[in-house]
Formats: sequence, C-alpha cells, structure tokens
Amino acid sequence: MTDVLTQPRPIRLKGRSFLALALTPELPVQDWLVRLDDLAARSAGFFLRRPVVLDVDGLDIDRQELRDLVSELSNRNVRVMGIEGARTSQLGPDMPPAMTDGRPAADFEAPATDDTAVSKKAKSADPVEAGVVEPVAVPATVTPSLVVSRPVRSGQSIFFPEGDVTIIGSVASGAEVVAGGSIHVYGPLRGRAMAGTTGNASARIFCRKLEAELIAIDGFYKTADDMEDALRGKPAQIWLEGEKITAATLG
Amino acid sequence: MGKVIVVTSGKGGVGKTTSSAALGAALAQNGEKVVVVDFDVGLRNLDLVMGAERRVVYDLVNVIQGEAKLTQALIRDKRVETLYLLPASQTRDKDNLTPEGVEKVIAALKNAFDWVICDSPAGIERGATLAMRHADIAIVVTNPEVSSVRDSDRIIGLLDSKTLKAENGERVEKHLLLTRYDAVRAERGDMLKVDDVLEILSIPLLGIIPESMDVLRASNVGAPVTLADTRSAPALAYFEATRRLKGENLPITIPGDKRGFFGKIFGRKAA
Ligand SMILES: Nc1ncnc2c1ncn2[C@@H]1O[C@H](COP(=O)(O)OP(=O)(O)O)[C@@H](O)[C@H]1O
Ligand SMILES: [Mg+2]
Repeated sequence: MTDVLTQPRPIRLKGRSFLALALTPELPVQDWLVRLDDLAARSAGFFLRRPVVLDVDGLDIDRQELRDLVSELSNRNVRVMGIEGARTSQLGPDMPPAMTDGRPAADFEAPATDDTAVSKKAKSADPVEAGVVEPVAVPATVTPSLVVSRPVRSGQSIFFPEGDVTIIGSVASGAEVVAGGSIHVYGPLRGRAMAGTTGNASARIFCRKLEAELIAIDGFYKTADDMEDALRGKPAQIWLEGEKITAATLG
Repeated sequence: MGKVIVVTSGKGGVGKTTSSAALGAALAQNGEKVVVVDFDVGLRNLDLVMGAERRVVYDLVNVIQGEAKLTQALIRDKRVETLYLLPASQTRDKDNLTPEGVEKVIAALKNAFDWVICDSPAGIERGATLAMRHADIAIVVTNPEVSSVRDSDRIIGLLDSKTLKAENGERVEKHLLLTRYDAVRAERGDMLKVDDVLEILSIPLLGIIPESMDVLRASNVGAPVTLADTRSAPALAYFEATRRLKGENLPITIPGDKRGFFGKIFGRKAA
C-alpha cells in the first residue's frame, strides 16, 4: 500500500508536431518590417493563429538587435514561439527559446491582395476557435510521401506529418497511421487512421477494406460505432465535407 | 551452427511451453541435438512439462551470473538422449537476465546443438524481447480468439523490429502455430475461423494443434505430448508441424474437418 503511494507516478511525455511558419528576416530589418506590415495589411490575422518560428541563421545581428526585432514582431501581434539558427550569446531568459532540428515543409502561400474573404473570416473568428489552423495552399510539387510496404502491426505507429502515407498491406487493430496528407491502405484498415493532421482538410483516407477503429481528418473524427454498417468491410474512401466526415464505397 | 527458434505469443496460457516441449521432443526423435531453453524466469514450468523438475540443480540465471558452467545446468532427457533442457530459475528475478549474458549462452548453445528452442514468457517486456533477440525462426503460438490474435500481431511487430536480425536489416522467419483448436466450438462458430486468423496475421501456417485431453494427460506424467502418446491427435499435429519446420510441404488438415478426418483414418490403415 505505502509502496504504491510513494512510488513516483511516471510523467507522460507525448510528442507533438506542428507545422510552424518560419519567418526569415532580411537586413536591413526596418525595410523587411515594412514589407511584413504590407503583407499584414493585405490580410489581417495572417499570423494571428499560427505558430511562428524566427529563422535568423546567417543573419548578422547582435543580441540587442534580435531583442528589438522580437519586440517589433510582438507589437504586430506576431508571437514568436522559438528562434532557429541563433547563437547562444544572442538569446536570453527573456527571449523565445532556441529551436533546432526543424524540418522544412511546404511553403506557405502569402495571401493575394484581393483576398478579403480570408481576412474577413479571420477578423470575425470566434476566440473559441482560435486553435484551428486554416487550410493552407500547398504547392503540389513539394508534397513528400511515405510508402510502407509491409503490414502495420498492433502497437506500431506510422507518423508522417510531412505528407501522404501509402501502406501496402493491412493496418491491424491497435495500430495507427498519422499523416499530414492523405492515407492510402492497400489492405484492410482495422486500426486508427488520422489524415490531414497538420490542418489539411482536403486530405482523404482510402482503404481496401474498412474495419477501422477510428478515422480522422484534420481533427474531425469518427469511431467504429459511428460508422455506417453498410460500409463495414467494403473498399472505401473517407473525406471531409465542411466539418462532417463523409464516406463512400469505392469501385 | 544450430538454428535458434523462439516460441512466442504475447498472451499467456496459449500453449507456448507445451509446444516448445512437443516440438523439441519431436525434432530430437529424429536424432538431431535439441536444447529447449526456459526463459520464463520466476514462473518456470518447462521442467514440469518435460518431467525434469526433480533434477534441476543450476539454471539459466546461474549460468548468466557465472555461478555455474553451461554443462552443469543442462539436463539430458531420460527418454531421448539428444534432447536437453536448460531450466529457468524459479526464485530469481527476471532482471538477472542481461542482454550480454543471454548472448553468450545462446552463442555457446548454437555451437553445441542443431536446434536451440527458446520458450518465451508471456508479455512484451524484457523477458519476451530477450527470448526473441537471437532468433533465426519464430513460432508464433496463437489461439483462435480475438485477444490472442491481436497479441500475436503485436509480437510479430516486435519480431520485425527488436530482434538482432531485424536490426541487421534481415528478417526473422515467422510461422504461425494455431493451438487449442476446438473442432466442436469451431462448428458452433464460437471461434475465429482459420482463414480469418491467417488473413489478419498474414504469416505462413506451421500447423493446427487440436484442443485435447491428451495434452493434459501428457503433462501429468511429465512428458512432452510427442513422447507420451505418439499416436494422439495433438502429437500427430506436432509431428506434422515439425516436418513443415524442416521445409517439407505438407497439406494442412483442419481438425474436425470431414476431409481431414477421413484422410487420417485412411492414412492410418495404410501405415
Ligand atoms: N492443445 C491443447 N489441448 C488442451 N490443453 C492444452 C493444449 N495446449 C496447451 N494446453 C494447456 O493450456 C495450459 C497453458 O499451456 P502452456 O503451454 O503452459 O501455455 P503458455 O506457455 O503459452 O503459457 C496448460 O494447462 C496446458 O496443458
Ligand atoms: Mg509458458
């Protein structure tokens, strides 16, 4: 009994991967800020709800200049979650933390001048929805993909926020596939499949035999109990219509 | 150089120990040198199934800790002279199994035996991963029910990632042994069908062992079923599995299946 009480409970550590927007300032900083203001004026709230990383690799500025840059950004409501490529001497306890090992992802498309629809929507956004990342236009040419040519076994997890995942084989009950893009399963899907996890609402899930425990696209999910019986065991595709997970048989 | 087989499952009580002893005894009856190693430290029972419990002096942990020589710990079977047992410790903790120690013992056994059969403990923890670590071949023991199949699937995943072969970019040869198959329950539809299990696990089938009182009877007299009653249905199924293990291509008979049943009757008359 006492043993149980004094035993330290292990802390659960979970991995999270977010698609951050990397800002790469150029010198002179004042000019760059003017261009940034110009972008912000065209689409208010473009930076508002996105994680932003400041990439200062190779930028010749000192500690004070970097500090000024961060506060300039903060004045513009751009919250910097971390700084990449800075020397330790440039950072300090009152600065965003150093970040390393960031992997390049698809480029963000800057909103066009007449993109008022987006900015209006952003302005009127309910604060409750503040965590939702809007879909981002991604150039098709740079979408990476992962092909797994063996079954995904119970307890295994395939995690690929960078793009599409194709499984040649089955996904077992108790296994999971997490993709930033679409998921293709050339076999029975019995475990969990989560597509579009980096905020890609147009991602889809395809499988030879739908027996999934859970499917999700862009955070919207359905459990096995919510799925239509007519689709069980059938080849199927699953996509998002608005906020509704929709499924249909294939072929 | 001998071959290392791990008999594994994830789930307990499915028939790993029974199968390790039965396959070991079947292989040894052909004159090949076989050692069956009990990795179930703390819950040993391979010695009971093989009828050697009163002859255990030293065990695997003693050898690993340098307290006994391998030759002192090995127990030779009284009935088949090429069959040996390396017992597990009943009193020690499984933390005494070190990766380096296990590696040394397996290397020495491979030099001296044709087959090294490792009877894995249940679970997916240290004991089970150490038992599979050096395997060339894995026999995945599964009962035709959902939880057993899922655990086996999990174990197959570990075989593909946690073994030495996997780390070297090679593959452990995997076989499915479906045990405790009950023809009556299969008839009623209370069990998963053989085809369904095969479709889920997608590894080749080594054999189907029927649920049978002969297994209990054999363990009560302290003999592997392939020694206790060589004519019993489970023994015949284990003999067939042994032949497939050695590369023979035999058709699988599903116990209770009409064709299989008649096949067996005719087979016996002809013999
Ligand atoms: N084919 C079978 N028919 C009937 N009983 C069996 C059969 N195989 C195993 N058993 C029984 O099931 C129990 C568990 O078997 P065991 O081999 O110890 O499993 P494990 O080593 O996987 O825990 C034992 O009591 C054993 O006698
Ligand atoms: Mg056992």
